[in-house]
This record gives sequence, structure tokens and C-alpha cells, in this order.
Amino acid sequence: MAENKGVLIFCETKEDKLAAIATELLGCGRKLADDLGQELSAVLVGSGLSDLAKEAIAYGADKVYVVDDPQLKDYQTDSYVSVMEKVVGQAMPQIILLGQTSIGRDLAPRLAFHLKTAASLGCLELAIDPRSKLMLQTKPVYGGNALAVFTADSFPQIATVRAKTMTPLEPDPSRKGEVVKVDAALDPSTIRTKVLEKVAEKVEGIKLEDAEVVVSGGRGIGGAEGFAQLEELAKMLKGAVGATRPPCDNEWVPAGAQIGLTGKIVAPELYIAVALSGSSQHMSGCSGAKTIVAINKDSEANIFREARFGLVGDWKKALPAFTEKLKELLAE
Amino acid sequence: MNMIVCIKQVIDPEAPPASFKIDPAGNKVVPPQGVSPVIDPYAEYGVEAALKIKDAIGGKVTAVSLGTNRLRDIVKKPLAMGADELILLEDEAFDGGDSWSTAYALAMAIKKIGEYDIIFCGREASDWNAGQVGSGIAEILGLPSVTLVKKIEVSDGKAKLERVTDEGYEVIETSLPCLITVSNEIGEPRYPTIKGIMGAKKKEPTIWKPADIGVEASRIGTSGRHTKLLKLFQPVREGKCEIVEGESPEEAAANLAAKLREVKVL
Ligand SMILES: Cc1cc2nc3c(=O)[nH]c(=O)nc-3n(C[C@H](O)[C@H](O)[C@H](O)COP(=O)(O)OP(=O)(O)OC[C@H]3O[C@@H](n4cnc5c(N)ncnc54)[C@H](O)[C@@H]3O)c2cc1C
Ligand SMILES: Cc1cc2nc3c(=O)[nH]c(=O)nc-3n(C[C@H](O)[C@H](O)[C@H](O)COP(=O)(O)OP(=O)(O)OC[C@H]3O[C@@H](n4cnc5c(N)ncnc54)[C@H](O)[C@@H]3O)c2cc1C
Repeated sequence: MAENKGVLIFCETKEDKLAAIATELLGCGRKLADDLGQELSAVLVGSGLSDLAKEAIAYGADKVYVVDDPQLKDYQTDSYVSVMEKVVGQAMPQIILLGQTSIGRDLAPRLAFHLKTAASLGCLELAIDPRSKLMLQTKPVYGGNALAVFTADSFPQIATVRAKTMTPLEPDPSRKGEVVKVDAALDPSTIRTKVLEKVAEKVEGIKLEDAEVVVSGGRGIGGAEGFAQLEELAKMLKGAVGATRPPCDNEWVPAGAQIGLTGKIVAPELYIAVALSGSSQHMSGCSGAKTIVAINKDSEANIFREARFGLVGDWKKALPAFTEKLKELLAE
Repeated sequence: MNMIVCIKQVIDPEAPPASFKIDPAGNKVVPPQGVSPVIDPYAEYGVEAALKIKDAIGGKVTAVSLGTNRLRDIVKKPLAMGADELILLEDEAFDGGDSWSTAYALAMAIKKIGEYDIIFCGREASDWNAGQVGSGIAEILGLPSVTLVKKIEVSDGKAKLERVTDEGYEVIETSLPCLITVSNEIGEPRYPTIKGIMGAKKKEPTIWKPADIGVEASRIGTSGRHTKLLKLFQPVREGKCEIVEGESPEEAAANLAAKLREVKVL
């Protein structure tokens, strides 16, 4: 471990800003770096990254590596692994953190194997072991039925962190830091894939990840028409509609509505779970909700072990009455 | 098209969460009583992805699985679904591994198979949810990898893939051979036909030991690990659900709405 020092955050960007996950990672990385008494650095990879280094510093980074190259506009495994290898060679970090996003899920393991080190994906908690100074990585396993604490003694230690599990620092624009430009120096012949098209799913109304109220439906909803009723309730509560996997697989709702281990992660004030059983894989994506309310016809369903309030019964009868009564109460 | 699919046997992830138990002494999961193990669901989507290509343009599908204590009927499922061959890396030396030792042994087995255009893995296994073995195999074999794939088209020695992203999806072209990790959007795995099941019964899997794939014992199983499991535990649930009652579902629903208002959740 002699020469590896410091924490390096892979910062994703979104619409010319740091992505929310990047600010969360910087907050978490700052704490780990302070516990180690070491530096926190950030790496920005992309094209036209202009002022983002400043933002990363404001959110806690001491040093920012910027790799700005038109060839890095789109995420591609080969090109990103190549530039990350360069940055890691220069920064020699002890720890690298990425987000558990479609990019992080791809980059972290490939980079780890490339650097002959280990990674843990989808961590909920990271800490420095006071004795060994190694990072302890807590992540759900068995679909969230259990938590495992892993460590590794090869460097850098790599982990991806799930959205909304870490808290960003209050940005401080007066913070000072160093910006280091790194030349991508990509050899196009080593990039074996090509991004032909990017398709963004349209979201109407409030984004699921940002909603204070989420109304989620499961297999028991039975079809797209049922989801229209959930939509009505969500609209009334200024919330968004989510789902378990079966409704997505059956195309009753768009794939982007899936919440869980392999879907989105939400942490709303209120989560209304209708006709879903509460599988561990689904709960992985919503257990951060402040209050869970369940409607299910099976009193033995696992969701009642997770919920604060429950109703045992057919949603087709209960939901319209629930929506009606709430409308009345909220109008008072 | 020569295709290889990596599959493993797991505890059924759809078993009720209440049946899930850990032996804290051994940091191990106790397999639930009376629940049959299954093929890791995402790996099964991988089998389906390979069979779809076989249906469309023909080819050979070989399933490879590493592990011990497996039930033949379970690991033979890919054969019953339509795969042509099954290779089992079965030896105690492979036990107790992590993503590193697993990816390394699988990569060496794939090297021995020799001919391949596409290797399929699941996006993440349902037990340890590591999400790494696919990328690891690709790195060890020096292949391009595309993860979280939901659609595949093969033509002219290239593959056009749709990859799930946080925003929607992207269309990626890759050279072959390549490694693909498959997501559930690829479509439900087919049910084995009676003919398929009968055929699978008659087919014997090929068994390979570490020596057969030329791996050093220090790089597989427990000795090949890069990670250490310090603790395995079940998160505590407070589990205080207040069931709101009523004469009818409609009345209960109205009471539930009133309750939420009363406790100021809404
Ligand atoms: C590795 C892996 C990752 C996964 N990732 C995810 C994920 O990210 N998100 C996810 O959701 N799933 C995920 N799954 C799938 C997960 O295991 C479950 O299969 C899924 O969550 C079940 O969805 P459900 O609760 O809607 O369906 P079911 O479990 O079938 O539950 C339906 C419920 O509806 C109730 N019901 C039926 N009719 C009515 C009615 N009329 N009124 C009231 N109640 C009714 C039933 O009592 C039942 O409890 C994953 C699986 C694996 C293996
Ligand atoms: C302490 C500990 C002890 C363990 N002991 C054992 C043990 O004794 N025996 C055992 O079998 N496992 C054991 N495991 C689990 C094993 O190490 C994991 O399979 C490995 O870490 C890969 O992680 P994953 O299964 O989550 O794979 P992921 O990377 O999530 O898997 C993705 C895909 O890779 C492929 N894949 C993964 N594993 C295999 C495999 N074995 N064969 C074929 N394809 C595969 C599948 O296509 C799968 O969908 C142990 C794990 C720990 C932490």
C-alpha cells in the first residue's frame, strides 16, 4: 500500500453539471479521505467540461483531473478504461469511487480487472477500518435479503455506491483546489465499440427519483388500465408512478418505472405500494422511503413486514375509495 | 455463430424473504428447506439471448458452469431449452471463490473451448449480486464487452446491441468476438419443451477439472480471491405494520386515507 494514497471520485456529469451521484460521492469521499488524513481528488471525463472542475472543488475535492476530448463525448468501455488507467497511474489513489449507474456498473468491474484489483458494486456504506486503514464495503447480497461487508487488500480499492445513500456537502465556491489536465491520447484502433444512437425515455411530470410521493404498482395491477388509476392518485399527490419488474416486462409501464436492485432507487417521503409482494429485490430500491403504505390482498405478503401502514384487500375496490377520500381530505 | 453462456445454480431468489436464513458462525447462507435451487435468472436470460440468435441465423450454444453440489436436472436446463452442450467446472478446488477466481476459471475454460463469437453472462447473479464476472472474463480474454444488453442483432461479423442506460437505452456496435451481459428486457426465457427435456436427460455434461483447463490452484477458489468477506448479516426490520381495518375494502381504504392525514404523512 506504500505508494497508493488518497481517494479518487469518478464524477459523472449531467446536462453540463455534476450529476447528483457525483456530489454524493464527493461528500462520502471527503469523509473517507479525512479519516485517512489524505487527499480527495475527482476525475472528470468527457467533452467540453469547462467549469465543472470548479464545481467538484466546491463540493469537496482537493484536486481535479480533467480529461477533455471530443472522443470521450459518449461513454464507451474501452476509451474510458484507457483514460482512467492513465489518471490512476498519475493519481495513485488508494480508493476509487464510482456511482452505481449504467456507466459505473460497466466501468468499475472492467477497470478493476484491468488494474488487477477488486471492486464491490452497489455499496450502501463505506468506512475506513481504523486498524488496517482499508476501506470496508457494505453491500446488499441475495437481492437485499442480506448485507455483506467486504474488503480487499489490493489497490486501488474500487467501489460503486448506490444513489441517495450518501449526503453531499454544502457547496462552498470559495474552496480552493488544483486542476490537472490529463491528455486522453486515445488510440482509436483500440476502441472496439461505437455508439450509434442514444435514446432517452420521455418522462412526463415529476421525475421518479425526485418525487416526494411515489405510487408503485406490482404484478397484481394486471394491466396498463390499472396503472392509469395509480397515475391519477400520483398526480393528485404531486408524485410519480413506479413499478416492480413484472409490469415493466409486460410493458404496462415504461422500463424506466422499475424500482429496485436493477432499477431506480427512490427515497420519497411516502411510498404507496399497491399489489406488489415486497420482494427483497424490489425493496432494495425503496427501503429508504420514510413511510411505506401497502395495499395487498394477501395478509402474509412480505410488503407488510416493510410497511408502516397496511390495508389487506383487493386494490380494485380499495384504491378508488382511497383516492376519493384523500381528495376530500386534501380539499379541506 | 459459436456462442458460450455462463450459468450457475443459485438459491431461488423468488423464495419468500421470510425463508431466508444465515448461519452467522460460518458467514453462510442456509439454503431454505423445500425450495428447489434454480439457474441464476439473469444467466437464463443469457441462454435465451443465445437461443434467439441460434433461431435466427443458426449456430452452436455451449453452456459453462462452475460450482459444486449441483443438481443435474437444474444445471441441465440450458440443454432442455435448446443449448447444444454443457461443460461443468466441477471440483472442490473451485469452491469458495469470488468474482476474480470465478472469472479467471471461466475464462480459462472458454479459452479451452477455443471457438466463440459471443460469450453471454447475466448482468448480475441473484445470490452475490457482484455484477463483475462478465466484465472480468472479457478483460482476461482481451475482448470488447457490452453490459446490460436488451437486444442483439448480428450481421457481417458485427453485433448491433441495445444497452439499457439510466436515461433509456443506447445502440452500440461492436466487433466480434465479444462478451455481452444480458438484462431482463431481452425477453422471458423460453420454457423447455418435452422433447428438449427428454433430449437433455440423455445428454451427459462434460466435466473439467482445474488441470483440464490448465489453471494454477493458487488462482482459483478460495486462494484466488481478491476480496475478503468480513461479515454477512440480515438487516433488522422494525416490522410494525399497522393494518387499517374496515367493514369493506372501501371503508378500510377511507380509514387508511384518514389515518395518513391524521399522522400527517399527507
Ligand atoms: C437479480 C434480480 C434482480 C431483480 N431486480 C428487481 C428490481 O430491480 N425490481 C423489482 O421490482 N424486481 C426485481 N426482481 C424481481 C423480483 O424478484 C420479483 O420477481 C418482483 O419484484 C415481483 O414483483 P411483484 O411484487 O409485482 O409480483 P408478485 O411477487 O407476483 O406480487 C404480486 C402481489 O400482488 C398481490 N395482488 C394480486 N392481485 C391483487 C389484488 N387484486 N389486490 C391486491 N393485491 C393483489 C399479490 O397478493 C402479491 O403479493 C429481480 C430479480 C432478480 C433475480
Ligand atoms: C465468502 C464467499 C464464499 C463463497 N463460496 C462459494 C462456493 O463455495 N461456491 C460457489 O459456487 N460460490 C461461492 N461464492 C459465490 C461466488 O464467489 C460468486 O459466484 C462470485 O463471487 C461471482 O459473483 P456473482 O455470482 O455475484 O457473479 P456476477 O458477477 O454477479 O455474475 C454475473 C454472471 O456471471 C456468470 N457467472 C457467475 N458465476 C458463475 C459461475 N460460478 N459459473 C458460471 N457462470 C457464472 C453468470 O452468467 C452470471 O449471471 C462465495 C462467495 C463468497 C463471498
